[in-house]
Amino acid sequence: MLPGERILSTAAIALPILAETEDSSGSGFHAPGIDEFFPPAIFGSTDLDSWWGFDRIMLVRVIMMVALLLLLWLGIRRAKLVPGRGQNIIELGVEFVRVQIAEQVLGHERAKPYLAMLTTIFFTVLTMNIAGVIPFLNIAGTARVGLPLVLAVWVLVVYLAAGVRKHGVGKYLKAQLFPPGIPWPAYLLITPIEALQVFILRPATLTIRLLANMMAGHLMLVLCFSATNFLLLEGGGLIKLTSALSFAGGIFITLFEIFVALLQAYIFTLLASIYLNFALEEEH
Amino acid sequence: MEGITGNIATVGYGLATIGPGIGLGIVIGQTQIATARQPEVAGRLFTNMMIGAALIEVLGLLGLVAGLMFT
Repeated sequence: MLPGERILSTAAIALPILAETEDSSGSGFHAPGIDEFFPPAIFGSTDLDSWWGFDRIMLVRVIMMVALLLLLWLGIRRAKLVPGRGQNIIELGVEFVRVQIAEQVLGHERAKPYLAMLTTIFFTVLTMNIAGVIPFLNIAGTARVGLPLVLAVWVLVVYLAAGVRKHGVGKYLKAQLFPPGIPWPAYLLITPIEALQVFILRPATLTIRLLANMMAGHLMLVLCFSATNFLLLEGGGLIKLTSALSFAGGIFITLFEIFVALLQAYIFTLLASIYLNFALEEEH
Repeated sequence: MEGITGNIATVGYGLATIGPGIGLGIVIGQTQIATARQPEVAGRLFTNMMIGAALIEVLGLLGLVAGLMFT
């Protein structure tokens, strides 16, 4: 066995369970786990029985929200007919949501009342996601269930309200739960599935998709950079060179995370407008 | 041979990625074929592809969440 080979294989496999046993000594490979997302509280307490607590992820969310509002305010403070550079970027985002997402799915007229919500969701998700790759913040605001859940419940309430307002309670539920054109015994199967779909699965999958994507991205980043740190500082001899590989991997994943942040903001907004479209659809 | 120590949940996540992997391959590949045949509807096809990919992706992510939850 080459010197250092054991260390290398530990880091390469990086089974969380393997590293937990070595962590207690203070050195050894620190493998990321679920604890990454539950940092200790800054104020208050984050225990289950406490009423409020304020930890690092909350701080990141507040910072990113303030930054977003500030950037938007600075961008449109002196909005002109011929936009400057800052205004141009903001208009690009707003235009993207309106043309590429809302109007393509909902159509020009029906999209209008929901543009504000969809734009808010897009910018919020994008800002919170991008925090995952900003140095010193290093965690996405959406990497814990609270924020995605709030957004998903908002979407749920809005599409239920939109359907009820358009068709009335009875007709809306009938259209959603009893899709026409199938023999009646099939309703025994279809109706529970559709009810689950409309009231639970849609918001749940919205939440889980965003949450798990940002979580997985953060875990990959932590894995790459802590492996770099570990291999460089504690690897012996030539093993140190392999830290360059894991560092390059970390850079690659950082770029990939920027892509994922954009993609998830797009998908969240797209699915929100699709669910709205289901609610607003005329009966066939 | 001292045997392997570790958590079977890590294998579980690997398995959970297979299904969505196949699904994404089919969705994206078919969209490519359709776009090549009819480039004029590429925008609409791309939107539909993203919707399908989002629905499939959630299955893989369920594996990740389950792996973290039940260890």
